[in-house]
Amino acid sequence: MYTLKFKENVCAACPSADCLLKCQYMSFAGHDEAHGEMMKIVRGEESRVLQDCATCYACEEYCKRGNHPFYLISERREEKGMFTAPRPITNQWINMTRMQGKYMVGQVKDKALSCCLIPDLGILGTGEIFRDVTPAAAFGAEFMCPAVHTHFARMSVVKERLPLVIENFQKLGAKEVICLHDECYGTFTAIASAYGIDVPFKPVYYMDFLLERMKELKDRIKPLGIKAAYQRPCSNRLIPDKYPLVKEILDLIGVELPDREYQGENCLCCGEILRSVSGYKLADDVQERNLNDMVQTGAEYCVFNCPACQSSLSEKVAKKNLKPVHIIDLCKMAIGEKEREVR
Amino acid sequence: MSDILKALIEIVGERGVSNTPEELWFYSRDPGVLTPHLPDYVVAPKTTEDVQKIVQLANREKIPIVPMGNGMSLAGLVIPLKGGIVLDMKRMDKILEVNQMARYAVVEGGTSQGVLKAYLQDHYPQLRHSIPDAPPTTTIAANMALHGQGRLTQQYGFNTDMVTGLEVVLPTGEICRIGSPSLGPYWFSKGPTLPDLSGLFLGWLGTTGVITKIGLRLYPNKKIRDVELFVTDRVDLIPDMLYRLTHLEILEDVNVWFQPKPLMFQDNFHITLYFTGDAEEEIAFKRKMIWDTLQPYMDSKDGGFMSVQYMKPMLMEMPQRGIADFADVPKGGGFEYSGPITIIEHYPQYAAKVVELAAKYDVLYASSARLISGGHCMMFSISFAFNRNDPAMMERVKHALDEATAFALEMGGIPWKPNFMEQKMTMAKMDKNALKLLQMIKKNLDPQGIMNPGNWEVN
Amino acid sequence: MAYAHTIEHAEIVHRCFRCGYCKFPEDYVDFNCPSYKAFGWDTYSPGGRMWLIRAWLNDEIKASPHFAEILYSCAACDNCKNQCVFPKFKDFLPEIFQETKVELVNEGRIPPGVRDYLKAIATNGNPYKLPQAERGKWAEGTRLEPYTNQEYLFYVGCVGSYDEVGQKMARSVGRLLVNAGVSAGFLGSAETCDGNEVRILGEMGLFTQLVGDNIEKFKERGVKQIITLDPHALNVFKKEYPKLGGTFKVFHYTEILAGLIKEKKLALSDYPAKVTYHDPCYLGRHNQIYGPPREILKAIPGVELVEMRRNALNAFCCGGGGGNFFTDILGAGEDSAGRVRVREARDTGARIVAVACPSCAKMLSDAVKTEGLEDTLEVLGIAEIIEMARAK
Repeated sequence: MYTLKFKENVCAACPSADCLLKCQYMSFAGHDEAHGEMMKIVRGEESRVLQDCATCYACEEYCKRGNHPFYLISERREEKGMFTAPRPITNQWINMTRMQGKYMVGQVKDKALSCCLIPDLGILGTGEIFRDVTPAAAFGAEFMCPAVHTHFARMSVVKERLPLVIENFQKLGAKEVICLHDECYGTFTAIASAYGIDVPFKPVYYMDFLLERMKELKDRIKPLGIKAAYQRPCSNRLIPDKYPLVKEILDLIGVELPDREYQGENCLCCGEILRSVSGYKLADDVQERNLNDMVQTGAEYCVFNCPACQSSLSEKVAKKNLKPVHIIDLCKMAIGEKEREVR
Repeated sequence: MSDILKALIEIVGERGVSNTPEELWFYSRDPGVLTPHLPDYVVAPKTTEDVQKIVQLANREKIPIVPMGNGMSLAGLVIPLKGGIVLDMKRMDKILEVNQMARYAVVEGGTSQGVLKAYLQDHYPQLRHSIPDAPPTTTIAANMALHGQGRLTQQYGFNTDMVTGLEVVLPTGEICRIGSPSLGPYWFSKGPTLPDLSGLFLGWLGTTGVITKIGLRLYPNKKIRDVELFVTDRVDLIPDMLYRLTHLEILEDVNVWFQPKPLMFQDNFHITLYFTGDAEEEIAFKRKMIWDTLQPYMDSKDGGFMSVQYMKPMLMEMPQRGIADFADVPKGGGFEYSGPITIIEHYPQYAAKVVELAAKYDVLYASSARLISGGHCMMFSISFAFNRNDPAMMERVKHALDEATAFALEMGGIPWKPNFMEQKMTMAKMDKNALKLLQMIKKNLDPQGIMNPGNWEVN
Repeated sequence: MAYAHTIEHAEIVHRCFRCGYCKFPEDYVDFNCPSYKAFGWDTYSPGGRMWLIRAWLNDEIKASPHFAEILYSCAACDNCKNQCVFPKFKDFLPEIFQETKVELVNEGRIPPGVRDYLKAIATNGNPYKLPQAERGKWAEGTRLEPYTNQEYLFYVGCVGSYDEVGQKMARSVGRLLVNAGVSAGFLGSAETCDGNEVRILGEMGLFTQLVGDNIEKFKERGVKQIITLDPHALNVFKKEYPKLGGTFKVFHYTEILAGLIKEKKLALSDYPAKVTYHDPCYLGRHNQIYGPPREILKAIPGVELVEMRRNALNAFCCGGGGGNFFTDILGAGEDSAGRVRVREARDTGARIVAVACPSCAKMLSDAVKTEGLEDTLEVLGIAEIIEMARAK
């Protein structure tokens, strides 16, 4: 079994304790308290953090010293037999994402297009932009990154399944795997590296792919001339260096992203996992603040990256008169492949 | 041509009678596991008077009559156990009246659930009836003949509690109005404050007469309907959860279900909670009350709400089209269930029994319970799917269902829509004087014993 | 389990639960199965047929004339396939009915009307037993030229060629194609039956022969694109001909006319009328063409398009499908499809029922007469309505 490569000495010597000090869901009096709690976790002792962490992934981004506070919290929770979400919900996730041989794979040569276990991704990964890779789509539990189980503090499931998923892609002969979900890319890069799991193919982040393709299709782009608010997903916290791509892509297609309070490191969770882990009151509060913030920017659209965020927030966003749209669909709109009115 | 056939043609015309092998074969069976039995004639009346004449003829000639809706009880209740006439009521399908202010509808004895639903949607969108999850082709009268339930049963009781009047053709041929329509033009009460004679027909499985008209209560159709899905793996906690939830008095419908497949449902029990409102604020408030009520179970990690986004369209359907799909799980076109009515306290024992029986008889199971009247009792379905081309599997299902009924009776439950064998088991356990009363009523109403014979038959 | 008889999809037949969703449209407003509506026995519903077919496969019932009538009363409207709640086999319901009819043909156990129809096609190339030479008569006065390598072949079909109501429809389309400058020609006396009904009635030998001959004929003449008057022909050209080596680009005339109107090649004047549109099963449910006829009607200034309670995917058949147009097994009783449908049309308050299929045109015109609605409702082809709007 793989083990988390957590650098305890680096953590012990941390001058900032940003991992917890910056947390949006827990408060600490200052560096000493936050650092103290983190060290308790490092030592495997009880800490209120283990009770209260909302699993937003943010500490993975806040830690600038290359450590993995969130994976450690999840490891410790599991070691102590704790459940973040109710037990039946945790097990439901484990069961429903189990490999059963019910996968769908197209013709994979060098490249595979990972659609995870999210049907919406199969639809997104089509059209002119994905012309060359759509036929190489792979969908199913066999190709699903198991990162979601970190929310439920079941790192054992991640460690057990991730090597199998990697092996499944390898069996397809894929040299490159284009990940349509941040979580997949984050898993093949950040999580795999944190656990020393070898990834024998090149994971490609779909926004990198998207940006390149949109540059190639530049002649077809008709700038959309709209304002949008971006919903940054938790899994983007695993790969913070990729965050700037959103702006680059949106710039290219004429979408303005006005500044708002809950952006970048300060982005808010879509609320879906919060509802399970921390209850509806926190989830409702977070969603309300997030949406009001979007509205205040004068945005016309709410741009999603993660289909789970989109599914969780679409209806609510629409009620606030914002049009919910995935960033890929925005690109399709810009090249005239898709009507402007979405859902 | 026999004299009986001639007489029947005289009553309903040539297109209203059949004794061809095709119709006789079809009307000899239902989709459940019971053995078919051929009728002699299938007859489709169009009016109450047609029914009256057919019953009079049957009485004279001592021919059994089995009134039938869509034949979907799955318990063989319209199999003509002793031959005779199967009375296909579906051509009497008119919606006769809707009294908007008094919130009731009057329909004919063969009107289907689906047609009434569509009619109300078109003409009285502010009103609804308690539609069952049976296919929409099933008829309202048949549902009443077996004490059916529907979407509003949690709030208002068995669908038969919602009846507001009856027109019945008695086994001896008299046309009889029951309740307020026996005194005047209004169909607002099936009995009270009169002695409630509707009890002689509702739930009798067509053994005491043919329902030709029926009045039923309609209820406000709220602008918004929503659903939450709570899951737990602690079956022992379910009665308490349901007790707390019903205390709220804000739930439209509550279904508790479990099934081994697909994997996402494995090892968990699911409580589907429907609630309605006329404003978003009302919905938000009700949701908050529901969440707060179950918060202790979330705190203890024993239960939680799952995201319903993907399942919502399916959950919101009325009737739920996906329910019939259980029949195709063994790629075989059938399922049948025993649906005893019992107290909520017994949920864990019944749930264990389902799993035990499925393992013992090597059959696929699914179970769904519906709360009745705010939790006074529930219908607990023990469903087994089968492959119609596998007689051995059908036999195993039959045994499993018999054992389920025996278990329900041991537990003090009441079998719902019992087949003729289960009726015998029930009568064997029934208070002797109650059984005597049942027999007295039947004998008096149906001296020739022609109405759906073989059912509720003593000796 | 081994059956005494066999059909290709025999292994599916027992999976029908006969729950009856197939009898209804999506929202259950009325029975949407034409034969169940007309006869009222469960045996005449799709579920009933499935169960009876299983009984016959099992030798529990014989292939009697009544069994044949039950099967041949199916109007092949495809409602059942769309409403069946069993996603894994719903698509095969119409196939199973058709395959059983093939066996009835093979065993010679078909209703007399079916036998006569098939015989007429085999002998005369059309069900009307009229001379082949008269097949192109409808085109007189349209200025439409015989087909000689034009861009499109305008294929009219038997009903459009020989039936008075159908001919009227065909002429309107022909004239509009000429007026809009579309390069199209017709086959006239060289045209033969498309075979759609022959296939659905189960005569696969005759069907294969007709299709083979037609494909050869089309290819010889260099036909690449076909405009059909009849949605039944559209259906068979699109779905069956490619399987036998004939792949053509096939359009229904409403698709072409809608395009011409959009391109402003057919000018339209004001034509004030309340119109309802009846979806032909072979255009709508079978081929998902719901838009173009409506686009045309909406483009006519003054036309108010009102929908019938059942429309598009849920439209109720006219009763003419599955060969019933010729065999008349469904009959003309009070609950026959055509009569039910025109009553539904009347309830919209429309003055005109627009149709896009010659069989529907005839079935509904007859039903209007039977229902005594001649003063209230007029049945007109979409092209005829366009012509009226252009005449002003």
